[in-house]
Amino acid sequence: MTPRSVVGVMPARLMDPTAAPDWRLVRLGRGIMETLIQQLINGLVIGSVYALIALGYTMVYGILGLINFAHGDVLMVGALVALQTMTFLMGMAPGMSPLVMLSIALLVAIVVCMLLGFTMERLAYRRLRNAPRLAPLITAIGVSFLLQTIAMIIWGRNYHTYPQLISTTPLQPIEGVFITPVQITIIFGSAALMIGLLLLVNRTKIGRAMRATAENHRVASLMGVDTNAVIAFTFVIGAGLAAVAGVMFASNYGIAHYGMGFMPGLKAFTAAVLGGIGNLGGAMLGGLVLGVVESFGAGYIENLTFGFLNSSYQDIFAFLILGLVLIFRPTGLLGERVSDRA
Amino acid sequence: MKKTVVAFAIMSIGLGAAQAQEVVKLGSAAPLTGTIAHLGKDLENGTRMAVEALNAQGVTIGGKKVKFELIGEDDQADPRTGTTVAQRLVDAGVKGVIGHLNSGTSIPASRIYDQGGIPQISPASTNPKLTQQNFKGVFRTIANDVQQGGALGKFAVKSLGAKKVAIIDDRTAYGQGLADETEKAVKASGAQVVAREFTTDKATDFNAILTKIRATAPDVIFFGGMDAQAGPMLRQMKQLGINAKFLTGDGGCSPEMIKLAGEAMSASTYCSMAGLPLDKMPGGAAFREQYKKRFGGEVQLYAPYAYDAATAIVKAMEKAGSPEPSKYLPELKKINFNGVTGNVAFDDKGDIKEGAVTIYSFKDGNWVPM
Amino acid sequence: MNELAAAVPWLGKRNPLAARWLIIILAITAPLVAWQFGKSWVRILDFALLYMLLAMGLNLVVGFAGLLDLGYIAFYAVGAYTFAFLASPHFDVHLPFWTILPLGAGFAAMAGIMLGFPVLRLRGDYLAIVTLGFGEIVRIFMLNLNYPVNITNGPQGINMIDPINLFGWDLSRNLQIGENFSINSLFLYYYFFLLAVAGSIVFVHRLQISRVGRAWAAMRDDELAAKAIGINTRNMKLLAFSLGATFGGLSGCLFGAFQGFVSPESFSLMESIAVLTMVVFGGMGNIAGALVGAFVLALLPEILRDVAVPLQQTLFGHVLLDPEVLRMLLLSLAMILMMLLRPAGLIPARARYSHDHHLSNKLKQEAAK
Repeated sequence: MTPRSVVGVMPARLMDPTAAPDWRLVRLGRGIMETLIQQLINGLVIGSVYALIALGYTMVYGILGLINFAHGDVLMVGALVALQTMTFLMGMAPGMSPLVMLSIALLVAIVVCMLLGFTMERLAYRRLRNAPRLAPLITAIGVSFLLQTIAMIIWGRNYHTYPQLISTTPLQPIEGVFITPVQITIIFGSAALMIGLLLLVNRTKIGRAMRATAENHRVASLMGVDTNAVIAFTFVIGAGLAAVAGVMFASNYGIAHYGMGFMPGLKAFTAAVLGGIGNLGGAMLGGLVLGVVESFGAGYIENLTFGFLNSSYQDIFAFLILGLVLIFRPTGLLGERVSDRA
Repeated sequence: MKKTVVAFAIMSIGLGAAQAQEVVKLGSAAPLTGTIAHLGKDLENGTRMAVEALNAQGVTIGGKKVKFELIGEDDQADPRTGTTVAQRLVDAGVKGVIGHLNSGTSIPASRIYDQGGIPQISPASTNPKLTQQNFKGVFRTIANDVQQGGALGKFAVKSLGAKKVAIIDDRTAYGQGLADETEKAVKASGAQVVAREFTTDKATDFNAILTKIRATAPDVIFFGGMDAQAGPMLRQMKQLGINAKFLTGDGGCSPEMIKLAGEAMSASTYCSMAGLPLDKMPGGAAFREQYKKRFGGEVQLYAPYAYDAATAIVKAMEKAGSPEPSKYLPELKKINFNGVTGNVAFDDKGDIKEGAVTIYSFKDGNWVPM
Repeated sequence: MNELAAAVPWLGKRNPLAARWLIIILAITAPLVAWQFGKSWVRILDFALLYMLLAMGLNLVVGFAGLLDLGYIAFYAVGAYTFAFLASPHFDVHLPFWTILPLGAGFAAMAGIMLGFPVLRLRGDYLAIVTLGFGEIVRIFMLNLNYPVNITNGPQGINMIDPINLFGWDLSRNLQIGENFSINSLFLYYYFFLLAVAGSIVFVHRLQISRVGRAWAAMRDDELAAKAIGINTRNMKLLAFSLGATFGGLSGCLFGAFQGFVSPESFSLMESIAVLTMVVFGGMGNIAGALVGAFVLALLPEILRDVAVPLQQTLFGHVLLDPEVLRMLLLSLAMILMMLLRPAGLIPARARYSHDHHLSNKLKQEAAK
């Protein structure tokens, strides 16, 4: 390989034979394939989490046209409730198998979050269904702050170490490519949940009611659908998914904090819009695409822009790709029609 | 409008009148809420200890018995709040300020103190820019980033024998400043910086940049940032099969870091702290005892530096025979005494002379000075 | 100007003229009252005025034209950084205030058009997320453009920015009148900002009842119908974005000069959300609403800072919650309850310039079928 063929070499360095070897050359020169596959795995793992959170956004939006800004914080509550449960169980029954402990913690987190989702809808959002469009958005921001503050009161301001009950010792499926059992669980677990959700929405009676309500509230209620119950159900399911995503997120990084929901929530919301908000398949696709784009973006931007941009621009990829997609497809990747709610 | 002007006049006269000499107020500003609240409280505690000790001793300034009163404010580690809090302290008529913690808050606040003519000594802000603003009354009792980064870079190359170093920073004023200085020192010591990567102070996923770094096979990875990022970063390094040594600055040199990184901590994890370790400070052991007795907890980081800062102000007041900033400021510039952290004397910019830097490594579940 | 009178609860409806004079008197005397509690309160009032400017600008975009903008703070940043570049030791350029102000506003307006063009086709919430992204992109560039060429000085921010200088009159110095009288610099800033706010109120009010304002209202209520009656919605949208951005740029300039230091952390997404909250909280689509919203939400946290601890001590005898926690708690509860009880904000827009949502939603649903 001649140096010229390498992307991102600073030409001035090449002119000067006495200069120290350019590390940009070294970087691409060693284990290109391994790095590529590793970045793909990194992207898929974080993308799966995004997708799972995005589902919650997209379901609520599909039915109510509401951006539930507090969804990311439901994730945080899920993670911290599970943490509390695990700490409790470790104290009560130290000999318990980690898998059982995790399942119990997960179950408790899901139930608590579902109750939270239900309460949120009932108290904060239901009254605002016919209010001016921005009022529920502000309420949602208020709910988000409220959840964070309450979490801060209960769990304090410090970062918590998160017990990693599934092993984080890396496996090497291919020489030089690492993946941990937690990450494998995340990818397959979220895939399974997404398939389950698709089946629920497309094959069951309540799913049909959800679709009908999303299409048109009033007609659906005339046809005998209890739209209030359906909307509450949607919130509950979304919150449950967020709880799972929260536990996955915290277990993967081994850390939990009252403000941990904000960034993934924002990214997931971007993913939902990217895929076409209101569309379940779109949310999944959007999440995965976003995860992979971020990962490759951070990994290769420096080589692609000849060292002008670097990984400090990691967080703009989500928004750049979103902007580009929406300019050419204003309803997202899989969105069907413009929902004129403006 | 005439009435308005009169009203102004009355008020400014009222405020301008000389205050009673018996009570002298000192201010302390640090983040008491938010993610680094424990460090901010530590700073305030150090100042409080000094004030209480001086009051117990009895201080006479210009022939008058003086009692000191400490006003503590929360700056939330936010620049705009920092200026508001600074104004509150100036309003309250403090004669000197010990704070702030973050460089990003200290710098905008220093302008308010300068306008109010009040000296400010930061026991924690390490950014070199703080003392380069040509303000008359800005000092610090801790080594700055140039000193710390220089020591870190040299340590990585000379002591750890690194030939290739990867550097990450968290894009905060602190992280970037320290990382830049470390990069300079690494290059000056003859090693190569093979990767310069970036993250944010809110991130938890570092896999992408670590994977990129892995391809460059560095001997040492340096991170300029706080423990909340350094912990997960170290874990992810291990998960990606990176065995390079990990080095970080004082932001990661906390017990919190040990907790958050968990099993990923090893003997090849290092951190640095500006200043001597508490046990090696001239008055360290006694200070720790007193601190424990008064506040019921361990010294975190900045308390001794805050203690010395407060002492420096009072000593200058005694020498000048006046608690008025304009009178005691020239004495503060020339101050020279042995404090808890060592000899306290400032250079012409206001930086501490002979600022020490100590490197720690992880051993038996604790940071141990090397 | 009757719009303003709505800001006074009881008097506003009965005697708008008296209410207006009351507001003017209050605005002029406010810093004198604040002074009694300390200089810092005058400073807080100064910031509140800047937020009022911001809220008014955002209200143009969101309230008048109906374009949900979640990245508004980016224009504030453009203004502040323009001022910092052109009047600080950073590039060693020190242009006069009156030169920079139009430049800052102009750059912000250009940024507004740059944002406007690509998003012309987007509606509602798609627009919201793209503008949010725009705001973040601007912030990230400010944070990182110190390499390879140092433009913004990165996370360190730009310091030592020149103060506002009106034809040789430096606002950052106390004004000396005679020997014993001096007017504090914070008052000078206050009245200067107040002048800016007053000018903006007149401008925005004229705009609202002009052709442009009515075209915006038509577009906001029904874009298709607006097109059908011959309104050039593309130009109207671009105009809304650029005018709104101009306000952001102006207040950004003032902020940079007032604070003397700018760094990217002052322009985070949370600030965009804070300004939007002010607009919606006060009542979207009318000037008084935006002003009151900005005033209340800029002051509330600072008041809580003083009240939180003593209040708990009298109620419970000791401090249960940190002031910071209590502050967040009350703020979030205020946001939720306010929207539940008065979804149209503290001062709902008058029906003439805003459509009745209830009715139009019904019509829309009918139309959809």
